[in-house]
Amino acid sequence: MAPALLVEGLRKRYRDDAPFAVDGLNFSLPRGQTWGLLGGNGAGKTTTIAMLLGLLVPTEGRITALGHDMATDRFAALSQMNFSSPYIALPHRLSVAENLRIYAHLYNVPKASQRIAELAESLQLTDFIDRPAGELSAGQKTRVALAKALINRPALLLLDEPTASLDPDTGDWVRSWLERYQAQSGCAILLASHNMAEVERLCGHVLMLKQGQVVDRGAPAELIARFGRDDLEQVFLDIARGTVAA
Amino acid sequence: MSPALRRVWGLVYRHLALYRRSPPRVIELMYWPILQMVVWGFITAYLAGVQNNVASVGAGILLGGVLLWEAALRSQMGFSISFLEEIWSRNLGHIFVSPLRPHELVAGLMVMSVLRAAIGVVPAMLLAWLLYAFNILTMGPALVGFFAALIMMGWAVALGVTSLILRYGAGAEALAWSVLFGITPFAAVFYPVSVLPPWLQPVALALPAAHVFEGMRAALVEQRFAAGHMAAAFALNALWLAAMYWLFMRQFQSARVRGALLNIGE
Repeated sequence: MAPALLVEGLRKRYRDDAPFAVDGLNFSLPRGQTWGLLGGNGAGKTTTIAMLLGLLVPTEGRITALGHDMATDRFAALSQMNFSSPYIALPHRLSVAENLRIYAHLYNVPKASQRIAELAESLQLTDFIDRPAGELSAGQKTRVALAKALINRPALLLLDEPTASLDPDTGDWVRSWLERYQAQSGCAILLASHNMAEVERLCGHVLMLKQGQVVDRGAPAELIARFGRDDLEQVFLDIARGTVAA
Repeated sequence: MSPALRRVWGLVYRHLALYRRSPPRVIELMYWPILQMVVWGFITAYLAGVQNNVASVGAGILLGGVLLWEAALRSQMGFSISFLEEIWSRNLGHIFVSPLRPHELVAGLMVMSVLRAAIGVVPAMLLAWLLYAFNILTMGPALVGFFAALIMMGWAVALGVTSLILRYGAGAEALAWSVLFGITPFAAVFYPVSVLPPWLQPVALALPAAHVFEGMRAALVEQRFAAGHMAAAFALNALWLAAMYWLFMRQFQSARVRGALLNIGE
């Protein structure tokens, strides 16, 4: 079976005279695993995720998602993928239920009402399912965004900062929920985050990005041991500040 | 329902849900067509007092022109503004990473443009009948063709506007409201093409609207169906729609290369 994601020689620059924002990315995310994509601001995470989603055309290289070439067959892949980011909103005047129904239609989800009810119960949306999305708290919005991202039971889920701006309790609830969901569904998850504790907890493998290149990779425990540090945050700081040659 | 139709319906449902929750948006749809109808109705009433021998024909041409041109305006704005709604709600990223194909997006926006045009123009038609005893239905079955041709022209212009928004981002938003007004002088809405200077007449005749309004005048003044103008209007619409859809797809692809879809609302 093809991996969830196969990325080969991926490069992107926005203008001919600009440096590469992503420069020679290669990785293969197996199905059923959670990987982390780490890097400071400007490291190339957003550009990479945008290319993986087909929002951005690579300058060079190839992306194969769930066996489909994103250059020629991206809609076949997109129907089995989904995405969540706190930086892309859902229409805030529409209720939670209406928002989820829209995406159930767009992803051609069978038995949409039943799926929405399942997600509402699982993600504890029932109390505010009829409230406008714009009136929800940050924690509620995050859960709704997750429900949208899971509406089509994706085989590949891309999460950009899924717990950004959440209080520790709510963030922990979301992380626990994602752990359970990943174990039950077997979907592959690529997680971009600045929260190193979250990455350590959720990800079996980490790609460390700097200036558009993977400067290190491995299981969180391996990276921590290799850098002689106590946790992934210290490894991240070493790489970001260039204090240790990677 | 096929997956493609369901995706189109998903987009239409999104906008219908928005209107259900936002009465001011619905009122705004009716406001300008009704206002236009009232203003032009009083102008024709005034002209009727001055030139009563030609008053009924003049009133018909003016009010018919107002109503039909509103269909084109509302169609164009309905398409363009429905696209802008996705930008304003910062939802475009979710739309473009869903399996919704670009042509399905266009189809959904076309459906919304027809619905918005109907909500805008039908009350104005009723008002014209109630206040000024002008019944646009006297044009006969050709009226359906006139409306269809103008709505299609609205789509073509809106595809051009949307392409410019994809190219230039939020800076091109104002075109969604203004661009079709700029075409009005050449569309022969209130006067025949022959009134225009000879060098400008080919420009007018390249627009489907000019043929629609020549056909409308033939129906109102001479009570005849101008089949040639109707055919020309639809043929030109086919050409303009094909050209503007090509431009839209080209700008969509260019936006994917430039990364414009990531920050189009900024």
